Amino acid sequence: MSTIVVAHTVRPRHTRRWLDGVVLIVVLAVLWQVLSEMLGPDAITTPWRTLERAVHIVSDPDFPASLYVTAFAFGSAFLISAIGGVCLGMLLGARKLAGDVMEPLMMGFYSIPKVTLYPVVLLAFGLGLWAKIVFGVMHGIVPITIFTMNAVRNMPPIYTRAARTYRLSPFAFARHVLLPACVPEVVAGLRIGFSLTLLGTLIGEMFASQSGIGHMLMIAMNRSETSTIMALALMLFVFATLVNLLLLAWQRHLTHST
Amino acid sequence: MNTAARWRLGLVVGLIVLLEIASRAAWIDPISFIPPSRMVVSAVQLLLSGQYTTDILQTLGSALLAVALAVVAGFIGGVLLFRLPRVRRVLDPLLLSYYAVPVFVLYPILIVVLGLNRWPLVGIGFLFAVVAMAVNTLNGLERVPRVLLRTARVCRLNTFDEIRLITLPSSLPFVFTGIKLTVVYAFIAVVAGEFVLSGSGFGYQIAFAYNNFDNPTMYGLMVLMLLFVSSLNALLRTAEARLYRRIRREAV
Repeated sequence: MSTIVVAHTVRPRHTRRWLDGVVLIVVLAVLWQVLSEMLGPDAITTPWRTLERAVHIVSDPDFPASLYVTAFAFGSAFLISAIGGVCLGMLLGARKLAGDVMEPLMMGFYSIPKVTLYPVVLLAFGLGLWAKIVFGVMHGIVPITIFTMNAVRNMPPIYTRAARTYRLSPFAFARHVLLPACVPEVVAGLRIGFSLTLLGTLIGEMFASQSGIGHMLMIAMNRSETSTIMALALMLFVFATLVNLLLLAWQRHLTHST
Repeated sequence: MNTAARWRLGLVVGLIVLLEIASRAAWIDPISFIPPSRMVVSAVQLLLSGQYTTDILQTLGSALLAVALAVVAGFIGGVLLFRLPRVRRVLDPLLLSYYAVPVFVLYPILIVVLGLNRWPLVGIGFLFAVVAMAVNTLNGLERVPRVLLRTARVCRLNTFDEIRLITLPSSLPFVFTGIKLTVVYAFIAVVAGEFVLSGSGFGYQIAFAYNNFDNPTMYGLMVLMLLFVSSLNALLRTAEARLYRRIRREAV
């Protein structure tokens, strides 16, 4: 009897987490509705209208082309950031002096408003795909590098000694020792780098571009089409949150399994 | 000065000299990338001419207002989250993924709501910065030793005195990290907002100079911006390192 009562009062943990998520979404939706009632539907579109508008935008025949442009620029930028950041981070983590030299420089670069440097990127790479990719990489590569570097530095020193005993080549050392030892932190870095790369690509498209999601945002902004802006923002938020939750789950899985 | 700092200085100076030579010798297009020495000359001229003083002050003012609002709201938010664990558990996914979402996309909406003036910039700076402040405050509050909180209860301190005398001093380094991030994020957001769409300010003037092919002005403004932000960061980092050192000494 008592076991049944206990089973009823204490719900399993994952159910509670799901419930929390539902509560959060409902509260946010209600807040949004109230805000739009207060400020008028012209200033902030209601959640339902925004969803309708999002469906409308997605079914627009021009949308796949814009999506493809942005997705291609963002995908290449993120790929370059991830590979470059992990390689650079391992290099700087393994060489102590190089890491000490570069870390404050990278932190300084991380905290400047990089948007102001976008004109230089545009002048160097021309108006087009490459400027967007380079700008996305500029945003995303630093956190990935820093996370990887710190992970390599905090690695138990016995790994390095074991690798030396086996006379591993630097490449084999990176491949078989550094990378597996640092995967959880690398995933954490990728999580931060992901959003920053997305931000960089979008700002790049908003400032100077002829196509893509950022360009659509800019057009809607100039026409004061709130519903379009909100629908695009909602889609971006949902996409970024989903990817973030996936990476977070992967990160937790990795830290628990090791 | 240690070895790493010397290397760093050498690296930066070497890079600037390389750019100077490359630009003067026309290895890279000298029209789109002017020599660093001319950038500095242009920066000094811009500063002396006083033509951009209003824009600089406007940007600083907006960023400062955003920082002040974000620090106050973030601190209160952090304390509330600490006091209400149930709310915190619900908000946890939001706090974790807040910086994974391009919050900047909200800037157009803020323009529609608040009009094309300085307020959307303050708003986006605030939104960018406030969560970092709240999370760091929460982080700091969690590290306040239990025994101090119990002492506060024994002495029957009221909530305000408890925050003033116990909580704030012992979580200060973490709160300061929050303030540092707030300054950095607010500045980034305000300048980015001005750059993308606004009628005045530092970011706007850079975009304006770019659109008019006025490269000396553009690079001069960039140099000013870089110098200002890096010295601000250096100051904040030094203060932060000192605070953490003090805490570690007290712990020993």
